[in-house]
Amino acid sequence: MALAFDEYGRPFIIIKEQEQKSRLRGLEAQKANISAGKAVARILRTSLGPKGMDKMLQSPDGDVTVTNDGATILEQMDVDNQIAKLMVELSRSQDYEIGDGTTGVVVMAGALLEQAEKLLERGIHPIRIAEGYEMASRIAVEHLEHISQKFEFSVSNIEPLVQTCMTTLSSKIVNRCKRMLAEIAVKAVLAVADLERKDVNLDLIKIEGKVGGKLEDTELVYGITVDKDMSHPQMPKRIEDAKIAILTCPFEPPKPKTKHKVDIDTVEKFQTLRQQEQKYFDDMVQKCKDVGATLVICQWGFDDEANHLLMHRNLPAVRWVGGVELELIAIATGGRIVPRFQELTPEKLGRAGLVREKSFGTTKDRMLYIEQCANSRAVTIFIRGGNKMIIEETKRSLHDALCVARNLIRNNSIVYGGGSAEISCSIAVEAAADRYPGIEQYAIRSFAEALDSVPMALAENSGLQPIDTLTAVKSQQIKDSNPYCGIDCNDVGMNDMQEQNVFETLIGKRQQIFLATQVVKMILKIDDVIAPSDY
Amino acid sequence: MAVERLLKDEATEEKGDRARMASFVGAMAIADVVKTTLGPKGMDKILQSTGRGRTVTVTNDGATILKSLHIDNPAAKVLVDISKVQDDEVGDGTTSVVVLAGELLREAEKMVNAKIHPMTIIAGYRMAAECARNALLQKAMDNKQDPEKFTSDLMNIAMTTLSSKILSQDKEHFAKLAVDAVVRLKGSTNLDSIQIIKKAGGSLKDSFLDEGFILDKKIGIGQPKRIENAKILVANTAMDTDKVKIYGARVRVDSMARVAEIEGAEKEKMREKVQKIIAHGINCFVNRQLIYNFPEELFADAGILAIEHADFDGIERLALVTGGEIASTFDNPESVKLGHCKLIEEIMIGEDKLIHFSGVAMGQACTIVLRGASSHVLDEAERSLHDALCVLSQTVNDSRVLLGGGWPEMVMAKEVDELARKTPGKKAHAIEAFSRALQAIPTIIADNAGLDSAELISQLRAEHHKERTNAGIDVITGGVGDMEKLGISESFKVKQAVLLSATEASEMILRVDEIITCAPRRREDRM
Repeated sequence: MALAFDEYGRPFIIIKEQEQKSRLRGLEAQKANISAGKAVARILRTSLGPKGMDKMLQSPDGDVTVTNDGATILEQMDVDNQIAKLMVELSRSQDYEIGDGTTGVVVMAGALLEQAEKLLERGIHPIRIAEGYEMASRIAVEHLEHISQKFEFSVSNIEPLVQTCMTTLSSKIVNRCKRMLAEIAVKAVLAVADLERKDVNLDLIKIEGKVGGKLEDTELVYGITVDKDMSHPQMPKRIEDAKIAILTCPFEPPKPKTKHKVDIDTVEKFQTLRQQEQKYFDDMVQKCKDVGATLVICQWGFDDEANHLLMHRNLPAVRWVGGVELELIAIATGGRIVPRFQELTPEKLGRAGLVREKSFGTTKDRMLYIEQCANSRAVTIFIRGGNKMIIEETKRSLHDALCVARNLIRNNSIVYGGGSAEISCSIAVEAAADRYPGIEQYAIRSFAEALDSVPMALAENSGLQPIDTLTAVKSQQIKDSNPYCGIDCNDVGMNDMQEQNVFETLIGKRQQIFLATQVVKMILKIDDVIAPSDY
Repeated sequence: MAVERLLKDEATEEKGDRARMASFVGAMAIADVVKTTLGPKGMDKILQSTGRGRTVTVTNDGATILKSLHIDNPAAKVLVDISKVQDDEVGDGTTSVVVLAGELLREAEKMVNAKIHPMTIIAGYRMAAECARNALLQKAMDNKQDPEKFTSDLMNIAMTTLSSKILSQDKEHFAKLAVDAVVRLKGSTNLDSIQIIKKAGGSLKDSFLDEGFILDKKIGIGQPKRIENAKILVANTAMDTDKVKIYGARVRVDSMARVAEIEGAEKEKMREKVQKIIAHGINCFVNRQLIYNFPEELFADAGILAIEHADFDGIERLALVTGGEIASTFDNPESVKLGHCKLIEEIMIGEDKLIHFSGVAMGQACTIVLRGASSHVLDEAERSLHDALCVLSQTVNDSRVLLGGGWPEMVMAKEVDELARKTPGKKAHAIEAFSRALQAIPTIIADNAGLDSAELISQLRAEHHKERTNAGIDVITGGVGDMEKLGISESFKVKQAVLLSATEASEMILRVDEIITCAPRRREDRM
């Protein structure tokens, strides 16, 4: 089929090594792509919502991950299909941009593709479908903004923020203590937030985890924890009012980058060199001492001799601290990272009210807590949990919650969750469809149906009758003209999401609709897939 | 058009019921492996490593068994993981946690087959776990105020822990060793200052606790074998040739005479270093690194005991117990803290000579010397003793105590059962199942002891319907006995950790409805 003929009827080859490539064209290509996209969406569909199930993923190295975070599942799934990779990208970009709703966006895209397939079978041109979807998405987003509510909170009244974070956390395995984790997340975000500029730098929130204990022991540390201990076992374990020297140079003799040799040919030289070496160590320690540091945090290692000298001069030190942690310590304590001993001055020292070492369990695990910092704009969330997988999953869940809190600070509009926003949009899009002349009308109607698939999946996962529930809610929304009716996933007995306190952020929802539409448009526009065939 | 392949070659995907089946089967298989080691009459396992030497380990420690298994099933890995965490965190109960999780999943499987949604099961399990924990909290006894009773509690806990291990023959002896050692720690959980030395030979009964510190090293030839009122310098410094640390330095000479000169200078440097060390006024010098013959000779001349190549842990401990600091430079003798002890002498254990430091400055440290017929026995003894030490040190901190022998499980089961009766809805099934899983533990203990478990458990249950009962399984007589009188106790912290981790793990496995296994990473064939 990929053969072309010239005017004399002789075949000629357009693509190099044509026989070895597999090629799909036209409707067939679109259908293959759609089915791949749907397959990915199908995997995630069961993870949606508070009663969604988890997936267990085994990596090539045999490590096990248990999660229901859409982005994580897709990233670790080792996907080979090109279209499926697009879906993975889709979920990832939602993760980067918003941080939450990574599952929802894929389910939405899958539903749009499913509807598109039906339209294609009716003979509607893919571009017309794509355009119809585009229009519909605009209607939906407009409607979203219409039903969204401004949402008041302040530093003293964090309750609304906590409620929103709880909605996010309720779909994760940690929902047992969602209230506590939500409070931790909100407090952490508020600690680092710049409320005037309405921005939050999430890099300032460090999430550390240590196996053991229980989830309830998770705590928020106003400061930094470092998974290191003092370089010398006999250094003090507790320092109050610490002045911290943050160094990126090793306590070792200098190693100039230029190649050189120091030749020793006489006894005198041998001895002077030795003295110099000793003096060098002495100088280094003395310099730290001179500027008044009471704790040295160093990115590199120490020589045994230097270590003892530090110990001897009563200067506690921590070695091999990672670059990222070093930066955070610098931010938190208000110190400067000093690359050379010569440049050490008293102003460059960081300050912390309390530095202490804490040990865990029966093994020799120790961590260093740096608390009461001069600049408390860096915080650490320290997670404890029964096993490694729980901790990893908690980290991911908390990340989602942090992102949600950040989004709310950026833009405090919210919509109601539980599928209510989707249902309301679907009604609006459906109503608007009739006003459009042309084939696009069909696409717009299909879009409305695709929007229904999210609440449908929610109901299905919660063990309710999907179609029954959806139609009931929909008619209720129209009858009471109340756009806040959603699926009652937790079996509370009412479906007004406003009363159930289930919120989602407006930008998150908007982004979901935009991203899903975009990807679906892209997939619909592909009409030729050329791939090297299996060998 | 067939659905395109989504995943890479060799990657597999299992969905829905099949995935759930796979994880249930895997988890239960793991639980069954360690099941028979539970309880005082539990059996041991032999583990043979695939590595070179085919080393053999005999153990009934759950964590050790599971650590050495090669497991492919992802759900099974979750269980191995919780047992490892239990070991790190509280040290004991590593088998119970896996068995309980296994039983919870076994019950869950039945419910899933009866078409109860996993999420409903999880909700029920959570309620049940919370209720069971409260039951434990209520029943826990705290004897912290009464030192005498507290010590007897500790003894009982140690004996209960040890009774399921190879040391059960001499459990009283070892329980005493462990309690003595832990009481010396005065509340710290740092087990570093308890040193365990294993020496083959003799019988387990010959093991003893030594109040001082024993270093598994020999004293250099020609040096004093016994020092009273020793002043010890603990060091970590090179005592071979002191290298020039300045980068790029090298020796370049043009004649033999020069070589000799530099050699002389080197020797001089070492001599100076030794002199400096001697100037500290010490009579014992312990170094982490090697001491060459030349400095050793110098030390011998000065009448100083020089011990070389002590391992890192040994050095740290020695510094800790003698109160000295680990030194690496020797220029300021007046400000270096020296370690002190009353007596250093060479002692013989079996055929080996060891160095014994007694009358050390810090009373916390002690050494337990284990003797036994073979290295396997010793290894297992060490593991058992470690378990006991961990539990004891945790109990010293959290002094709440429960009775043993299946008593806590029955107490929890009773409370959970009552909760099930009050709860409406499908959750009640899950709560009931939780209580059944709890009762499975005394059942297994009884089964392992070769007793009629069905009979015993029903007796126990009847007994527990009375108020304030202390009934548990008495494995020795094979009946129901009063646990308080028999002195069988367990630490509250261990039981709580078992309950919570097992519930958490089974919850996690239950929530899974799809398993995606990536293709194993290709490795270069090394053969």
